[in-house]
This record gives sequence, structure tokens and C-alpha cells, in this order.
Amino acid sequence: MKKIIRPCGLHCIKVNHLGVRFGEQVVLEDVNLHIHCGSINAIIGKNGAGKSTLIRAMLGELPHEGKIEFKDRENGRLKKLNIGYVPQSLNIEKNTPVSVYDLIASYQSRCPVFLKKSRKAEKKIRQALEVFEAGDLMDRQVCNLSGGQLQRVLLAMAVMDEPNLLLLDEPVSGIDQSGMELFYRTMQYLKESFDLAIILISHDLDYVAKYADKVILLDKTIVKEGSAREVYESEAFRNIFGVGELPGYVSKRRQPVCSNMDL
Amino acid sequence: MLEYGFMKNALLAILIITPLFGLLGTMIVSRKMAFFSDALGHSALTGIAVGVVFGCSDTNLSMILFAVLFALLLNYISGRGEASADTVISVFSSCSVAAGLAILSKDGNFSKYSSLLVGDILSISKKEIGYLAVIFLLTLLFYGFCFNGLHAAGIHRTLAVGRGIPVRLMENLFAVLTAVIVTLSIRWVGILIINALLILPAAASKNISENMREYHFFAVLFSVFSGMLGLFISYYTNVAAGPAIVLFAGILYFGTYFYARKTAGK
Repeated sequence: MKKIIRPCGLHCIKVNHLGVRFGEQVVLEDVNLHIHCGSINAIIGKNGAGKSTLIRAMLGELPHEGKIEFKDRENGRLKKLNIGYVPQSLNIEKNTPVSVYDLIASYQSRCPVFLKKSRKAEKKIRQALEVFEAGDLMDRQVCNLSGGQLQRVLLAMAVMDEPNLLLLDEPVSGIDQSGMELFYRTMQYLKESFDLAIILISHDLDYVAKYADKVILLDKTIVKEGSAREVYESEAFRNIFGVGELPGYVSKRRQPVCSNMDL
Repeated sequence: MLEYGFMKNALLAILIITPLFGLLGTMIVSRKMAFFSDALGHSALTGIAVGVVFGCSDTNLSMILFAVLFALLLNYISGRGEASADTVISVFSSCSVAAGLAILSKDGNFSKYSSLLVGDILSISKKEIGYLAVIFLLTLLFYGFCFNGLHAAGIHRTLAVGRGIPVRLMENLFAVLTAVIVTLSIRWVGILIINALLILPAAASKNISENMREYHFFAVLFSVFSGMLGLFISYYTNVAAGPAIVLFAGILYFGTYFYARKTAGK
């Protein structure tokens, strides 16, 4: 991985009129997004709102309508968007003979992983792992890693090629409370130290409120976007989540607002 | 025993087939395709039957063609991602076997084909060994270019697609390659046990390996070892070579299984 650069804030990623259909069923329609490097953007929504579908479409796995553009705001040139992706979990069961090196090299290197390790790939992978303090995990079996360790390995893999956009799919599943705090702090660190934008799907509305620069409420299309506060206090949010589910962070802050309004 | 030409040929064939199966088996086990390769083995009967119906002089050709089409069809079915893919594969597989058996057993002629069920490695000719050698080299070439991509797609498909790996193409190529290898070796190994020979060495190796290098090294080693031992035993005891090989591979599987449990319990 190259030297750490400060985000310039001049790159932007635009998703225009993105839509996904499975046969007759419309899963996503007319999704328009505009995000900048150096920002954390959290997608929230109920199950089946199309969050994972949006990410799979952006990665090019699902055929979709609409366009995804990556622009340099200074001169307006279109560039190729390089996306790093951190999946929710891996399809690796117990006793699978796959080491962390095998895992990352399968995606990163051409040298078949059943042959002798490629020195070049090994060096590159070690450097990437060290950024996330996971250098010592190199030869561990992936199936024996803890949730937090796997998370760090996957993050290292995702940022190895200096992506412009980092997509994270429900990254906090299988991690305890302190691990979650650590994860969001890592996101903050990535945002501040690399020239990239982050989109993450999350269920934890408290952490979203604390760390996200922009919150996107999805239900087949974007029903509300803006700061955590704007979204959490919106009518659309109440309709989808119900007031009972308001996160502590918001409900505490909401109280004075409510009393002012004599509700 | 090597003074007999047929034994020399058989030994040579074993030395090509077993490492090939060892290498192929690891991918089949990793990608959970054991059922798929089993269905492919059974499709050989139908392929021969189709050849007989159309009056092909070389039923090998019809067998390979049918297996390739069948493999692509099965791949398509599993690729649709429906939960019932294994049931659908089973339906296709049993229908194709039934059709093959029905055609081949017409007028009570099935005994002509019964050698296919257990295989006969001793009857392999130099030319056929040549075919196996060519497909072995092709497999190595294919693995050189596609192994990492296939492995990556097996671990997480979306992640692999997102990195620009042509997953669909690689999967189809792998299915075709497996089909060709299975049908080319079926006369020597036998329909009933070919899948065991693909799966057992890889499964045994998986029991004791920690990374991909160990996994492939032991899979090839176990495969070649049980192949050679099976052939010798078959020569001295007059048991068919295929089953003898599979039995040794089976012993290795259980041996590694209990070894792994014992070491894990420490």
C-alpha cells in the first residue's frame, strides 16, 4: 500500500438513477447518490430494503440500470472508480486449509496459491496487514480467526489497492461492543488518512449517529438523506423504524425538541 | 510384474490419473461440488447411449460432448442460486442415468457395458495414456491462469466479481475441464467409484492441512500413494484395481481424520 495521503475532498462519486430488478420484481429504483472522498456514509434501512443489493450492484455483480461516475472535481475528468469491498462474512467453514496469505493472495496475486508463496505478494500482503496491526496473522488459518481479527484482515485486503471507494456490508456482525467501537474508530482513521470515501451498511443507529458524516435511509430508493439528526428526526425514518426503535443517542437529544413542540 | 506391457501401461496411467485427480479433487471439495462431479460420472452412461442411438463409431466422443453439455447445464442450475439446486441436479442426474440404462439395456445387451461400472485400468493403451497426459498438461495450464480466481470466487463470489475476476467464465471452464477429465478416465476407473477417487484424497488432506500448499501437496501424495498401492495389491490379489485404490484412499481418510481429532484434543 502506498503512503498515506490526506483526503483531498475533491473527488466525488455519483450514482445516477441506479435501479435493480429481479425479473418483474423491482428491488431498487432511481437511487441517486453523491458522495465525496473523506466521508463516512452509512446506509440504514429495514431488512429487504435493498441495502446489500445496492452494494452488489455497485460492485458490478448484479446487472443494473443507471450509472456510477467517479469525478475529479478540480478538472471534472471522469476516472475509473476503484472499489474496495469488505463482505459481511466469508464462505469458509471450520477446518478449511486456507491461511490469511492464501485468502488475500487469491484475490491479489496471479501466482497460484497452491504453489510456493510468491515473495512479492507476501511482502505486499504483510505491509497491508501491518497497517491494521495484523501482520502476525499472515500464516494463521482464516477459519480460526476471531471476528475482530477477520475484520482487520478483510479491511487490509480491501484497502490494498488504494481504492477510491470502500464498501462495507454490515461490518459489525459477530463482533462485541468494544470491537464495534474499535471498528468505527478504524473507519474514522481510514477516512482521515486515505483518499477514499466510505459507504457502510449498518444496523447500529447509535454508532451511525456518532461517526457517519451522512446517513442514507433506504427503502427501495433513497427516502431520506442528510446528517444523522436530519434523518432520524424525519417522518420517513419514523414510518420505517417506528418511534420505539429510536436509538439512545437520538432520543436523548430529541427530548428538548419534543418539549418545545409541546408533543 | 512390470515385465508385462499392460502393467507398465497401467502404472503409467495411474501416475497420470492420480495426481490429476488429487489436484482436481481439492477444488471440488473446496467448492462443495462433490455432488456435481458425481452427477458427471453418471452422465457417462447417457453419453454412450446417445452415441449408440446416433450410430457414432466412437462413443468416447459422444460421451465427452454429452458430459460437457451436462456440466454446463448443472453449472447454470447451481448458478441461479436457488436453495433447491442439489435436488434439481439430482433430478437431472437420475433421469439421465435412467435414460442411459434404458437405451443400453435394450435387448438385454447391458453386459457389454458393465465393465464401465468398475473400470479396467489394465486395458489402457499407449494412445489413451497420451490423451490423459495432454489433459493433465491442460489442467496445469488452466490452474496456472485460473486457480486463484476460482478459489477466490469460492470464498466470496461478490468479492471476486468486484475485483474484476471473470468468475462465470472460470466456473464454466472448470466444469468443462472436470467433465472431460471424468469422462476420459471413466473407462479405467469406473463409474461407481470415480467420484470417491476425486473426493477422498482431497478430503483426507483437508483433515490435516493448514494452508493451500499443504492441502495440495498431501492430496496429490495421498492420491498417488493409494493409486500405486491399489495397483500392486490388485496385481497380487486379482481384485479390480479401481476399488482397491479407493479402499486405500478411504483408509487414509479415516487415518487422517482420527489423527486430526487426536492432535486437536491435546
